[in-house]
Amino acid sequence: MLTIDQTTYDGIVAHAKRDHPDEACGIVSGPEGSDRPVRLVEMVNAAGSPTFYEFDSTELLDLYKKMWDNDEEPVVIYHSHTATEAYPSVTDIGLASEPGAHYVLVSTREHGNNDGPVEFRSYRIVDGEVTEEEVAVVATLPTP
Amino acid sequence: MAIEVRIPTILRTYTGGEKAVDATGGTLSAVIDDLEGNHPGIKERLIDNGDLRRFINIYVNDEDVRFIGGLEAELKGGDQIVVLPAVAGG
Repeated sequence: MLTIDQTTYDGIVAHAKRDHPDEACGIVSGPEGSDRPVRLVEMVNAAGSPTFYEFDSTELLDLYKKMWDNDEEPVVIYHSHTATEAYPSVTDIGLASEPGAHYVLVSTREHGNNDGPVEFRSYRIVDGEVTEEEVAVVATLPTP
Repeated sequence: MAIEVRIPTILRTYTGGEKAVDATGGTLSAVIDDLEGNHPGIKERLIDNGDLRRFINIYVNDEDVRFIGGLEAELKGGDQIVVLPAVAGG
């Protein structure tokens, strides 16, 4: 199960709506081993595409170095689908490289840049195997 | 002097769980061959058909090797290599 606080959830949704019709992407890092998504980092989609996303390689290194310095890891890796459902594509599955992370998919196909509900779903992707999990949105994360 | 190579989570099965390992070589290509000698199987995860895999990023002293010669990038003892899979999808 992914447990995420409302502010972070809203931040991911706002990012997805803002970047629609291109895919938005980013991570939420947290202390290593904690499973607590605490620090939302919006990334630039270097592909700038409605059907593909990729973190810029230089920003990717900066991001990981900062996480290493802080003893953090990627707890959530998110991106949006702008014309299809919030389910990992074949490409998403093939390129998933963080078996410990929650892969969050947001679909903006219904309302695009406008207000309105989005699909927000979370998965584990390990060795090409996709497992959907429940998402619990809480006011604040429980204290560790 | 050895070259430190930082290994991403997904490739630590080849390094017995180690986050960083030492290697030697004068070019990235030689370093990867040296890695392969100690951690069999890892080369194939980095190289495909003689070239760096599209969705694997390798950095030498914080520079993406694609901008400094790719597999022919020159290395010396004390350099730091970071391997990071691309975060990408469709």
